[in-house]
Amino acid sequence: MNATEHAAAHTALAPAERALDLIGSDLTETTLRLHLEGLSGVDAAGLEQRAAGLATRSIKTTSKALALDTIIRLIDLTTLEGADTPGKVHSLVAKAMNPDATDATVPRVAAVCVYGDMVPYAVEALGAAGTESQRHEGIQVAAVATAFPSGRASLAVKLADTSEAVAAGADEIDMVIDRGAFLSGRYGLVFEQIVAVKEACRRPDGSYAHLKVILETGELATYDNVRRASWLAILAGADFIKTSTGKVSPAATLPVTLLMLEVVRDWHRLTGERIGVKPAGGIRSSKDAIRYLVTVAETVGEEWLKPELFRFGASSLLNDVLLQRQKLTTGRYSGADYVTMD
Amino acid sequence: MGFLEYAPSPESTAILHLKKSYGLFIDGEFRKGHGKAFVTISPSTEERIADIANASEADVDAAVKAARRAYERTWSKLSGADRGKYLFRIARLVQERARELAVAESLDNGKPIKESRDVDVPLVAAWFFYYAGWADKLDYAGLGPAPASLGVAAQVIPWNFPLLMLAWKIAPALAAGNTVVIKPAETTPLSALIFAEILQQAELPPGVVNIITGAGDTGSALVNHPDVNKVAFTGSTEVGRLIAKSTAGSGKKLTLELGGKAANIVFDDAPIEEAIEGIVNGIFFNQGHVCCAGSRLLVQENVHDEVVDRLKTRLSTLRLGDPLDKNTDIGAINSRAQLDRIRELSDIGESEGADRWTAECVIPDKGFWFAPTIFTNVEASHRIAREEIFGPVLSVLTFRTPAEAVAKANNTPYGLSAGIWTDKGSKILAVADQLRAGVVWANTFNRFDPSSPFGGYKESGYGREGGRHGLAAYLQSSGWGAKR
Amino acid sequence: MSHLAVPKTYKLYVGGAFARSESGRTYEVLSRKGAFLANAALASRKDARDAVVAARAALAGWSAASGYNRGQVLYRIAELLEGRRNQFIDEVVSTEGATKAAAGKQVDTAIDAWVWYAGWADKYVQVAGNGNPVAGPYFNISTPESTGVVAIVAPQASASLLGLVSVLAPVIVSGNTAVVIANQSAPLTAISLGEVLATSDVPAGVANILTGSPAEIAPWLAAHADVNGLDLAGAGGLDWVALMVSAAETLKRVLAPEEGIPAPSLERIVAFTETKTVWHTKSLR
Repeated sequence: MNATEHAAAHTALAPAERALDLIGSDLTETTLRLHLEGLSGVDAAGLEQRAAGLATRSIKTTSKALALDTIIRLIDLTTLEGADTPGKVHSLVAKAMNPDATDATVPRVAAVCVYGDMVPYAVEALGAAGTESQRHEGIQVAAVATAFPSGRASLAVKLADTSEAVAAGADEIDMVIDRGAFLSGRYGLVFEQIVAVKEACRRPDGSYAHLKVILETGELATYDNVRRASWLAILAGADFIKTSTGKVSPAATLPVTLLMLEVVRDWHRLTGERIGVKPAGGIRSSKDAIRYLVTVAETVGEEWLKPELFRFGASSLLNDVLLQRQKLTTGRYSGADYVTMD
Repeated sequence: MGFLEYAPSPESTAILHLKKSYGLFIDGEFRKGHGKAFVTISPSTEERIADIANASEADVDAAVKAARRAYERTWSKLSGADRGKYLFRIARLVQERARELAVAESLDNGKPIKESRDVDVPLVAAWFFYYAGWADKLDYAGLGPAPASLGVAAQVIPWNFPLLMLAWKIAPALAAGNTVVIKPAETTPLSALIFAEILQQAELPPGVVNIITGAGDTGSALVNHPDVNKVAFTGSTEVGRLIAKSTAGSGKKLTLELGGKAANIVFDDAPIEEAIEGIVNGIFFNQGHVCCAGSRLLVQENVHDEVVDRLKTRLSTLRLGDPLDKNTDIGAINSRAQLDRIRELSDIGESEGADRWTAECVIPDKGFWFAPTIFTNVEASHRIAREEIFGPVLSVLTFRTPAEAVAKANNTPYGLSAGIWTDKGSKILAVADQLRAGVVWANTFNRFDPSSPFGGYKESGYGREGGRHGLAAYLQSSGWGAKR
Repeated sequence: MSHLAVPKTYKLYVGGAFARSESGRTYEVLSRKGAFLANAALASRKDARDAVVAARAALAGWSAASGYNRGQVLYRIAELLEGRRNQFIDEVVSTEGATKAAAGKQVDTAIDAWVWYAGWADKYVQVAGNGNPVAGPYFNISTPESTGVVAIVAPQASASLLGLVSVLAPVIVSGNTAVVIANQSAPLTAISLGEVLATSDVPAGVANILTGSPAEIAPWLAAHADVNGLDLAGAGGLDWVALMVSAAETLKRVLAPEEGIPAPSLERIVAFTETKTVWHTKSLR
């Protein structure tokens, strides 16, 4: 470590409230590092076995109907393509508001998730009716920001990306962390960026858009890193921690989600505060999604199974849930032509 | 009601084609027994499953004679390759009838279907596959060229893993060229009798495997029969001792898998979440009816409270109930006698001054049940820290240094297994080196594999089951290739 | 000028020291022709008990020594035995009535047995252990290690030195410690071997040699709860079944009596080892 780096290691980090409470007023790169490196290790084989065990839970009949509706309520219906257009976003919103044209009892999804420049179209399609908590007909608009998915841009660009989306009416910001910085051990940098983005989520009225912090666990590579990054994101102010962008493989996995839920549970035990978790990418079937619900329920409790605390980032999952739902309602297996494309 | 109030999801017993009564399987066919027949019941409902024949001394003799005939006329004359093919057939048939076997096992034993389905029965098939391949490769077993089979093997197995223990015994015995008379436990004969049907489907020559049911006196008659050459027993140390005495001087080769009081050592640098899972799996797997169960939790003092706290939270999510329900984590205690023993020792733990904590569970009206229980403030001198309870009861003790952990772990007449939890590799290897136990699981617990030798030190018995070592128990060495 | 011989006092070899029996008893050792040769200590049950204590105390260090180290220690025994070859030949000739040539052959064979077993010290683990290809994310390895304290009844019929070496060497090479009851009628080579052990690099207590009556001492050793193994090689003339029954009380590992002198074999080494299988999870994540 040269002199400059040494000084940097002892420079105070942005005074995020949670970090100050937990680590103390001497919040620096060094104290943050000591905290993160002091976390218990993860034994990968054991974690994966536990997840596999949870995946064998069997859900039947009435519980299954309840589970399917719960999944729908927790979905961030997503389109994140270079080819996205206002028309595509309109269609997505229509599907979010009315997932199954043939069945009005189907609940709405939690949110639509789009690129920042598509926020105005999503807001427009949802309409501005309702109270603050009922904005957009109860469906939130989430925008990916901070040079999603790679995050390779200057902080200024990331902040502009964020504040523009918030100004356009985004209720939630899905940011990415700087994985390069994290993997090279520059935890302070990652931390400060999250704090700065959180501040960019602030609206003129003093309220904040909800901040989901994407760890991109597929690039963090190890479970120890996932645990550290989860703590880091929470300490910096994340409302949600999210597995993946969906652009990197592997995206969400059950073991990774279990691990993040364990962190969230420990945070709750420690502080009483509830943090949300969002697995995203790769969850395509109802069967898969039910495994996540079981994992949530048996790790942090069923109270987490509401949109404020758990989301699925997914696009094709919704239609599979609808097919399963139709099967439960009609007693017959359904087909792809009986659910709509979005 | 949350959605997690999973609707019961029981496996159907319709898959079983149960008979009203079962005979003895001798010389390839079912026969009447000459003892007083007994009833096998489901420990979760106390309902009768079937009547089971009771082998008298004459029946035991008939079974041994059949095994001797089969040994001399057929099995010892068969090529290793052909013996292997029979074992492969058996392995495949077990896979084909896996669900049926799992249901039978859970019904008769009380273990959760997820365990019989995902652990016991797959391992049974794996065991036959593994030893099938050995049958024509005995020259490579490390026992010298062309090691000889022993003859007739008498095998007595326990009720905790009825079919798996049968596989552990029969597969290596047949691969090595022996014939077998095996006695399943009195309370869990069902899966062995279905296995007898599998042997018929496999067209195994009559007499190569004989399955006789009965209680302790049947087992005693079997191991003491003058015409058996090999005795293999899995069960209590008490009975193992008796067998070692009664077979002394007989020339019968003896292997014993007996009791245990395994230490599960958790260091303060353990991967904590997985350690909690490992503790749970260590002692509550199969209701703690496991000879290698991690029944003594040794926790480093500075993490004791955190570990106990997390453990209690985790235990509160375990689901106790119908063994045939796919969501059941904790099944029924195998018998009233075993339940009585667990209760007695637990009461003693309390009266000795240890603190008892029991997970809140709804206990079904009928059947034999014991909720997961933890004792803290346990001293090394307490009976619950020394005696095998063989139930879902964990004793928690503490230590301060690695050396103290090793000393406490080894301070027992048993030596079957142990667990170590730490992220520090050098500590794992050094502690594993010093533990006097036949199986040491590091950052895991209760793992089994046919290629991995299993067996104890000290009063946990001798001989190994599994792997190349497991073959040695059924072969006469031709000199380990080392004599001059 | 004639020299008046200075006869040796033969004692027990326990815990690296030469001691008389605590009982004060001795017995006469006679030549084949009945001539008095020496008074040997007649070990008591308390001597056996003390020997077990010494063996237990030496176990931790000896079993933890590297195979390379134990191999060198055993080889050193062969070196010293070679140096005292003539002494042993004389003792064999006088106690067993063997010809000088036969005695020489016995001593040479005993020396070679030490060399043969010395070489196994850092190899038996490799040959009797193995890695196990389990189905799952685990590293899994099985290795044998010493059983603990082993009591031995040395061959009684003939070849007192070779008989003793043939049972002692395979027991201690793996890291066990031993209490051995020597050939009752020809105990002199045993105590002289003790002198070799004492002046070689064998730690005190690793090999303890008792002279006296196997029929009197063996039952105490067979029943002793702190003895882990029992080699009855030379117990054919005793009620060895009763010894086995007694040993079963604590489930000792037992080798049955053998005719004659056991040939060197890996099997004898492995008989008093325990196979330990260690599992560890493995993952890149």
